[in-house]
Amino acid sequence: MSALVRRWGPNLGIAVIVLYCLAPFYWMVVSSFRRSSDIFDLSALPSPWSLENYRAVFSGSNDFGRALVNSLVVAGVTTAATVVIATLAGFALARLDFRFKNAVLAVVIATSMFPGISLLVPLLKLFTDIGWINTYQSMIVPNLSFALPLAIWYLTMFFRQLPFELEEAARVDGCTPGQAFRKVILPLAVPGVFTTAIIVFVVAWNEFIIALTMVNEPAMQTVTVRISQFVGVAAHDSPFGTRMAAGVVATIPLVIAVLLFQRRIVAGLTSGGLK
Amino acid sequence: MLLTERTTPTRGPDRARRGRADRPGRKAALLLSPTFLVLALVVGYPLLAALRESLFRGGDELDESGFIVTGERFVGLDNYTAVFGEASARFWNAFANTTLFTVTTVAAEVVIGTAMAVVMHRAMRGRGLVRASILVPWAIPTAVAGLLWRWIFQADGVANSLLGTELLWTADGWPAKLAVIIADTWKTAPFVGLLVLAGLQLIPQDVHEAARLDGAGAWQQFWRVTLPLVKPALLVAVLFRLLDALRMFDLPFVLVGAQKGAVETLSMLAWDEANQVRYGPAAAYAVLLFLYVAVVAFVFVRLLGADLLGDRRARRAGARA
Repeated sequence: MSALVRRWGPNLGIAVIVLYCLAPFYWMVVSSFRRSSDIFDLSALPSPWSLENYRAVFSGSNDFGRALVNSLVVAGVTTAATVVIATLAGFALARLDFRFKNAVLAVVIATSMFPGISLLVPLLKLFTDIGWINTYQSMIVPNLSFALPLAIWYLTMFFRQLPFELEEAARVDGCTPGQAFRKVILPLAVPGVFTTAIIVFVVAWNEFIIALTMVNEPAMQTVTVRISQFVGVAAHDSPFGTRMAAGVVATIPLVIAVLLFQRRIVAGLTSGGLK
Repeated sequence: MLLTERTTPTRGPDRARRGRADRPGRKAALLLSPTFLVLALVVGYPLLAALRESLFRGGDELDESGFIVTGERFVGLDNYTAVFGEASARFWNAFANTTLFTVTTVAAEVVIGTAMAVVMHRAMRGRGLVRASILVPWAIPTAVAGLLWRWIFQADGVANSLLGTELLWTADGWPAKLAVIIADTWKTAPFVGLLVLAGLQLIPQDVHEAARLDGAGAWQQFWRVTLPLVKPALLVAVLFRLLDALRMFDLPFVLVGAQKGAVETLSMLAWDEANQVRYGPAAAYAVLLFLYVAVVAFVFVRLLGADLLGDRRARRAGARA
């Protein structure tokens, strides 16, 4: 008995974990391929398969293509701006020795813990006054409040592990400080910056409360907000098939990124929480 | 500029050395200035503005002599006394929901996440598969996860038919609370599992072997050896999850809806007030939530000594090396 547990226990455990993580996601995918007439079926696979829901996602009033573009712009610009600023800060925090270093890092971490709503109320009022409501910048600028501390945190942890002795070595071998940085340190830093960029992009893509608050015009809404306000193809009460299809469309880019870069993402996420 | 400040200005002969000592400080200030500029704009200013806003009230109102007053008026602590007075039922309900969700989800996530981590640590095969699938709940947008679980918890949905129940999960009452707790646990327990797994992997194998040689059973090994050693990693994960759960908004908002007493959190309450253009009360709720988060963070760090910056461990590692 005990030998049996030892032999099959871990495999069984793995199966349970995979089932736990994927079963709800699987149900979303399956439901998205059902026709609206058999959306309440409980069969493990849709019969027949149908793209009806996917057509509905991109048709008429739902305008999901536009929402995808909006999300891409908002999350993309947030990521780009964040990574540039955070790389500078992370480098300073990891590499340079100066007073108040830990205080600075503590302040940065603390800001990432502020509840978003505490910042949103005054920003909503400010943006209403200066006419920023329903613009990209009204979402991108508040996004920095959570993205920047997150990125600085990951990058600092990552840069701390870089072998800066190599820089010294390069300078001994006759490189100028600039060359040493460009040719030795920068290539080593790229993976960390890239990982941080992926994580920030995922988090920015998933952002909801800022986009919900700052934008009320459907054409400017991001994916997450658009989905939550879907109406059916016909005047259904709850267009769940369409919503599931939209959910799949909104999630697939992230799932692909996760599959491609899983090792990096895991390393990045855990270094932030651990070292 | 603050960064280069010296409390004791070095005066004297060694100007060259002083210059060199100052340089990292100046460089750091330069590199950090964009960060501080942005954080001051998107965090510092809004926080102060929220504090100020919570002391004002807008909209039209009649004054004592019957004239209409428009615009913002300073009302002192009226918004706060209203929170604990006329609006107290709604506030305490939201406070209780926030606390309930935080305590239950974080507890469930720690237990499930640790179990997952132990299993993954033991597993020989299927690591890639597990790692990929464990990232899926993390990567799914919370709003999408909310819709997904709303669909699962439909009256004639898959949850009811699997459980053999006929509950209206997403309507109101305890089922709605439970639905939010289940959905949040599903989404974040794997993330906690990842963090704990990374902590487990730092434990040298010989520690377990020594415990086994000393006659410790599997359970004893877990409680007496593994758990104390992953505690630092676990504490940081718990702190992050606590603070994240305290500001919960997306999931109950999408899964159940706004203005539902059963699941309304403090974030949702503040958002709802702001959405009704009642900025003063909204800011008051936001400030109270902020204080709640700050108190929890402070107490947690003080009581359990969560080592956030990794200083202590770095020092310990340094001492060992």
